[in-house]
Amino acid sequence: MNKVLLIIQREYLSRVRKKAFLVTVFLVPVLLLAMYAVMYLIYKNSSELNAIRTVKVLDETGQFAGKMQNKPTIKFEDVNKPLAEARKDLKTHKDDILLYIPKDYESLKSIQLLSEKKPNITVSMAIERQLNDIATNNNMIARGIDTAKIKDVKSNISISAKEVTDSGDKESNVGALYGVGVAGAIIIYLSLFIYGAQVMRGVIEEKTNRIIEVIVSSVKPFQLMLGKIIGVALVSLTQFLAWIVLSVVVSYIANKYFNAPQSPMLGVFASLKGVPFGYIVSCFLFYFLTGFLLYSALFAAVGSAVDSESETQQFMFPITMPLLFTYLISVTFLAQNPDSTLAFWLSIIPFTAPVAMMVRLPFDPDPWQVGLSMGLMVIGFIFTVWVAARIYRVGILMYGKKASYSELVKWFFYKE
Amino acid sequence: MLSIRNIVKQYAGHRALDDVSLEVPAGQIFGLLGPNGAGKTSLIRIINQITAPDSGEILFNGEKLNQSHIERIGYMPEERGLYKKMAIGEQIVYLARLKGLSHAEATRRIKNWFEKLQIQDWWNKKVEELSKGMQQKAQFVATVLHEPDLIILDEPFSGFDPGNAEVIKNEIIELNQKGATILFSTHRMESVEELCSSIALIHKSHKILDGRIKDIRNSYRNATYLIEYSGNALSMNGNQPFTTIDEAFNDETHTLRLKLNEGATSNDVLQYLIPQVSVNRLQEIIPSVHEIFIQQTK
Repeated sequence: MNKVLLIIQREYLSRVRKKAFLVTVFLVPVLLLAMYAVMYLIYKNSSELNAIRTVKVLDETGQFAGKMQNKPTIKFEDVNKPLAEARKDLKTHKDDILLYIPKDYESLKSIQLLSEKKPNITVSMAIERQLNDIATNNNMIARGIDTAKIKDVKSNISISAKEVTDSGDKESNVGALYGVGVAGAIIIYLSLFIYGAQVMRGVIEEKTNRIIEVIVSSVKPFQLMLGKIIGVALVSLTQFLAWIVLSVVVSYIANKYFNAPQSPMLGVFASLKGVPFGYIVSCFLFYFLTGFLLYSALFAAVGSAVDSESETQQFMFPITMPLLFTYLISVTFLAQNPDSTLAFWLSIIPFTAPVAMMVRLPFDPDPWQVGLSMGLMVIGFIFTVWVAARIYRVGILMYGKKASYSELVKWFFYKE
Repeated sequence: MLSIRNIVKQYAGHRALDDVSLEVPAGQIFGLLGPNGAGKTSLIRIINQITAPDSGEILFNGEKLNQSHIERIGYMPEERGLYKKMAIGEQIVYLARLKGLSHAEATRRIKNWFEKLQIQDWWNKKVEELSKGMQQKAQFVATVLHEPDLIILDEPFSGFDPGNAEVIKNEIIELNQKGATILFSTHRMESVEELCSSIALIHKSHKILDGRIKDIRNSYRNATYLIEYSGNALSMNGNQPFTTIDEAFNDETHTLRLKLNEGATSNDVLQYLIPQVSVNRLQEIIPSVHEIFIQQTK
């Protein structure tokens, strides 16, 4: 056991000391900080856009004047001047907008919005909507329709989704749950690949360096494989932990210095309030670790069967397929149907569960399903580690022999 | 030191070792010889417990080979290497700790070895910065650092220039004098004759020969002699006590290789020669290990 600890230590330190590791650890919080800064700038900018603008209404028809309603950022003023003069006024009041409605606007289709500075789309759309409402109203009156009755029959419906639970109805923000689930699935999917490939590369490195035979004369191949897998797993956990801590620090700093009362970030945070983060993060760690053990053991077996990274292709395919397949299904179909039969099966099969279950977790699946999935995960990783170790112990000592699948099967059945 | 008894190792479709038995006596430098693919590496891997035999057993100092012996064996495989990105000192410490040394003890011993081999300034160098020969030196230190009772060296001189090979050869002799048994596998017959006291020859999964080099060579004597003489060419009257294998003339000297007739001795040859020519040299040709190897593995 002591030897496994030594191997873990070496695998861990040799990776954590690399510059690339430090760069990735700090790159993510820096990106997050940049994101906060950009959001802040957009918000600041948008508050400038939201300044009140005066719209001068030059109405030659008389149908609209006086009927335009002021909005928080738009103020309407009627003017009674010839067009040429009104246009001249724009030169002196650069922030004003001139709305010109000619007498025969309907046939000409030529209502104009004139300004020195380009009016933004929300202003022009608000004006357009009002003009349409007024024109429709006028048309109805002209045809003898009672506009008061029309107002009465209009309804105004908006849905508020609530989840029925034992502890009372719970606000559920489906969008936020969807986001959290998909984000968890993507992180697991990517990390399994990135860190699994690291294990594989480590194995290939030991084989091509020819150090493997020196090492296995001191330790059992299984100890070496286990030490490597655990070492890399600790590297990934260090990275996750560093990211979480640094992100919290960065968010705190951003909150302090980019203080923005109506920032869109607050809305995101508010909608995440109903999500049980403690539960999801613990499940994330469980599924990441067991999934990592399961897949990295297979990656290690592949690494042991080849002499260089370019030969890994043929063996990688069956490993990456279930992951890629689940990932694609998860972020599309499962996230929208977290309680479907397919979702259930994918989330209990160990090869697909880490990704599929992450998508389902925010939607609070039955505890027995989560328990079953976790139990199978443990059995699954013990099984693949066992299978992979039997291939690994033979593969690492085979040089210059191009392995085929039937070869791998033979290796599996070799006696010690 | 090592009793190898009836070892059989079967791989899919081919038998790497078939009923191989041999004794490696303690305190010797023992040569394990054989052509490529004969089964040497399979046997060495079994001794190192990297793989297990299908049947047969190995005794290490009389005990059945087990995990506790790993720390008493030092192994330098033919296919060897080090982590390229790791500093040399740290790397040897790691390998030594895997063999059970403490961090402090490993560090102390490596410093001594580096001083002895005059490579003190290597500690922080990465392997990729070193030449092949330098890496081999470091590898040798890593192999013997834990002062094993049995040192197994597979082609230890490959990759060394003659100067460094000499340094390592002397280190091997010194370790042997200090009490380590050395099992030494190589294709270089001249180093076998120079270093080894006993050998075993493995061919096509079988041990075909083993014992002390002197005994083996003597057993392959076949009454062949080398003679150098000056004067006129020897005339043969048909009664000479030998048959000529070949003859050459060069620089006033005749060189003759001959095989004694049944029952004849070297003295009979001299008696035949002396009246005719002046004999400068008469020597029995004892086959070298190289010749025995070639003959046995044809």
